[in-house]
Parts: sequence; C-alpha cells; structure tokens
Amino acid sequence: MSMAVEERSTRAPWALTAPALMLFVGVLLIPLAMTVMLSFHDWGQYKGIEPVFILKNWHEIATDPYYAEMFWRTFRIAILTTLLTALLGAPEAYILNRMSGRWKSFFLLVILGPLLISVVARTLGWALLFGGNNGLVNKLLMSLGAIRSPIPFMFTETGMVVALAHVMMPFMVLSVWAALQRLDPQIENAAMSLGASPATIIRRIIMPQIMPGVLSGAIIVFSLSASAFATPAIIGGRRLKVAATLAYDEFLNTLNWPLGAAVATLLLVALVLIVVGSNALIERRYAEVFR
Amino acid sequence: MSRNGPLALIFHTIFVIVMVAPILVVCLVAFTPEGFLSLPTHGFSLRWFRTIANYPEFIHAFWVSLGLGALSSLVALLFAVPAALAIARYRFRGRDVLAALFLSPLMIPHVVLGIAFLRFFTSAGLGGSFAALIIAHVIIVFPFALRLTLAAATGMDRTVEMAAVSLGAGGWTLFRRVTLPLILPGVISGWALAFIQSFDDLTMTVFLAAPGTETLPVRMFLYIQDNIDPLVTSVSACVIAITMTALILLDRFYGLDRVLAGKGDTGR
Repeated sequence: MSMAVEERSTRAPWALTAPALMLFVGVLLIPLAMTVMLSFHDWGQYKGIEPVFILKNWHEIATDPYYAEMFWRTFRIAILTTLLTALLGAPEAYILNRMSGRWKSFFLLVILGPLLISVVARTLGWALLFGGNNGLVNKLLMSLGAIRSPIPFMFTETGMVVALAHVMMPFMVLSVWAALQRLDPQIENAAMSLGASPATIIRRIIMPQIMPGVLSGAIIVFSLSASAFATPAIIGGRRLKVAATLAYDEFLNTLNWPLGAAVATLLLVALVLIVVGSNALIERRYAEVFR
Repeated sequence: MSRNGPLALIFHTIFVIVMVAPILVVCLVAFTPEGFLSLPTHGFSLRWFRTIANYPEFIHAFWVSLGLGALSSLVALLFAVPAALAIARYRFRGRDVLAALFLSPLMIPHVVLGIAFLRFFTSAGLGGSFAALIIAHVIIVFPFALRLTLAAATGMDRTVEMAAVSLGAGGWTLFRRVTLPLILPGVISGWALAFIQSFDDLTMTVFLAAPGTETLPVRMFLYIQDNIDPLVTSVSACVIAITMTALILLDRFYGLDRVLAGKGDTGR
C-alpha cells in the first residue's frame, strides 16, 4: 500500500471500526466489568444482592477447602484431557499427513467435522456408550480381556476425561497438522539416506519440529477443557462439580450471584494467566520456529 | 513419500472408530423400535422421530435456534464487514488492539460470558428476552464472521477497485458493485460458520434463556439432566443431520479445510 493512501485515510479506519468498537465496549467490556464488581457484593438468603464492597465471597473461596478441591479437580481434568489429546492426536496427525491425497482429505473431514457438531449430541453419545456398568465400552473392554470388572465411567472423572478428550481432539489434530504443513519432507529423506532408523527420525527430526504445534494445541485444549460446561454437566451429573458447573449452580439454583461471579472471575483470571504465560514460554523456547 | 506401516494403520483405524462412535451410536439409537434406550437390533423404526411432534417445546426451541442463528450472524456481519475492511487495508494506531478485542470472545470462557450477559441484561431489564439472546450471540459469533471476511478482504485484488475508482465509482456504489461481490464468498462462509456457532452454543445461552426463549441445545440439555431416553437421541440425530447439511454446503461453497483452519488457530 502506498504512503499516499495511508496518510489520506487516518480517519477512515476509525469510522469503519467505530460501530463494532462501540458494540464491544457497550455489551462486552461493561458486562465483564459488572461481573467483577458483582463478585465484591454481599448476598443473603432473604435480602438478595446488596451492592456493597466486601471481600466475603473471595474470603470464602480462599478459605473453604470445598473450592480448592473443586478448582483442583477442574484443572486435573483439563491436564489429563490435554495429555490424552496430545498423546493420541499428534501421532494421528502425523499418520494423516502421510496418507495420499483423497484419503487424507476424507479422514481429515471425518476427524475435524465433529468440531461443528453439537457438543450436547456428542456427549450424549458418550453417555450412551458408557451407560451404567454394562455399557458398550465396558462390554467391549471386558470381551477383549483388557479389564476384569467394569470401570465406572458415568459420574466419574475418568468418564469426563474420555468424553472431553473426544470433544477437544479436533483442536489438537488441527494444530499439529498445521505444524506438519511447515515441515520439509526432504529433511526426513536426508535422515533416512544417512541411515537413521524410523524411530530415530521420529524422535530427532519430527518431534522437535511439531512440538510448537503440540504445545499450542495443548493451550487451546487446556483452556477449553478447564472452562467446559456441557460435558462435565452431563457426564458428571449433579454431584461431581467443576468450575463452570459450580458457577451455573450458584447462578441458577442457589441464586447466590456474587459468589458465582467470584468463581467465574477467578476461572477467567487463572486461565488468562496460564494461557498468556505458557504462550510467552513457548515463544521464547521456539523463537526460531515462529520467526 | 513414505507410507504408513501396518501399526500406524491399525492405530488410525481405532482412532477413527473412536471419533465416530459416539455420533454414530446417537444416530443408531434414534431408530430403535423399543420403548427404552437400545440399539435397533430388531429392525429400524421412526417412532421416536414421530414422537418429537408430541413435544412442542422441542419444535419451538428449534425455531428459536434457527431464528437466533440466522439473525445474530447477519447482525454480526453488519458490524464485522466494515471492521474487516479497515483492519485489512489500513495500518493505523490501535489496529492490533482492536483486532485483539474483536477476537477476544474466542478466548473468554463461555461460562464467564454467560454470567456477564445475565448480570448485564437483567440490570437492563432485558433478562430472558429474545433481544438479549441476539445481542449476546452477535458477540460470540463476531470473531468467526470477522475472520472469514478478513481473509477474503486481505486476499482481494485491489486493482479492480482502482479501475472502478478511475471510472468514477465511489463510496457506496464502489462498495456495493465492486468490493462486496469480490469478498462475498468469504462473507457468506463467515455467515454460515457464525450460524453453526450460534446454533450449537449451550454454555452461554443456558444462562440467558428463559421458558419461551430456550434454544434447542438448552432444551436438550435440560431434558438430558432429568432423564436420557430415545426421544432425545432422535432430536440429536436431527441436529446432527442439519449440521452435516450445513457442513456439506460450506464445503462446496468455500472449502471446509479453509474454514476449519481459520477456526483452529486460537480455539474458541
């Protein structure tokens, strides 16, 4: 773009973005600020919400071990989900990338397509597969001799991790896939011609190059899993709470909005810190890849 | 190019089966002739699809979802197209901050957005209204509308516009007759992807919907919370069929790989 165009139009970009900017300030930034403020308000069974400034909700979250346990459970599930998607999704992306044209695009569609299918429908599928102690998954595992007695999946963290990993898998495959597209196949051929074994090639050539893809996929999967609602709510039932389902309960069942707002604010702040922090770490570690 | 070994192909087969299994099992159970959850081992039946007709709340929720998705995606585009043109064409102070702000709904957990909107719209006296749902959905689908429009606007051939300007076109005529037709594939795909996002959203909408403005995912979720029966599988099968149709259309129009690649970078 020429300099003349740039100078002439210092006002045009602002005129074009002004409507969207006003929309975002008015109905995104203000509501978010109101939520943070709400977390400092008081609440009582009979008096409702009182607009005063107190630290009651934050104190309760900090001292009551119930919340520590719940947040720890939320992040434990998110970490396990992330590990599972990385361990299975990265090899699958690699295998996909080695397929020939038509098969590659067909299977890419099969694996990425579920991303756009309703999360409720996908989780319902897992609820059907788990279905009590004689669900299909347990029957299959037992007939294969992999397990002796049925594993409880419904209303357990195991079930949540399996279902969440399925829901999040496309994000990981997509991210590793993108990293693989930047990889030069000639390096692999060069290593092979120099006598490297397939295992060595994967460990020394492929792994270091797709690691940024795995890590950025891991950040996406982690932050989405830690704030997931539908899957933990359906698989976990009313008993096994994570941050999102607890906030939902405080808002729509207990009606203690200030406490729910504090849980949500803490979740948001924790996730922003983790995502921004790990992004910075990855960029420093893999600066040469991103340059 | 090296080929996959047998071990890799076994891994791949199991992987694909696990990815497809939950979706397939929902669609299969929907065709059961029995009165309880079971795979249709003794022939297929449409009885549970016919049963949907006896539950007007599902039908109503479907129309709410459809109207909400169509309208909020359209409104989002009205804001996103000018913004995308500005971001694609000008280097101005605050450009990066604006772009980050417009994509931020992808980074903020939907549960937090749901709570923020519930608080906001209740204080504004719009709690549970359809208008509140529209505004909230405009915000969450905006990044998708923006991204695909932005991709189209960045890749656009500017010389055609310059030719039009040299022939005396300007302002609205230039936009309507030259710029818009050129970026239209991106705009339409942006609308479609935004529609799918709106149509599928549960986490944020569950905070905002009231009886009468419940969307289909919210209605399904509340139903599943009480009990899981073949009825909800047949409703799910319909939802899956609708999404698949939209996917195939999107693929024909724009190429699904491009749509999904645009989506995966930052997640939701």
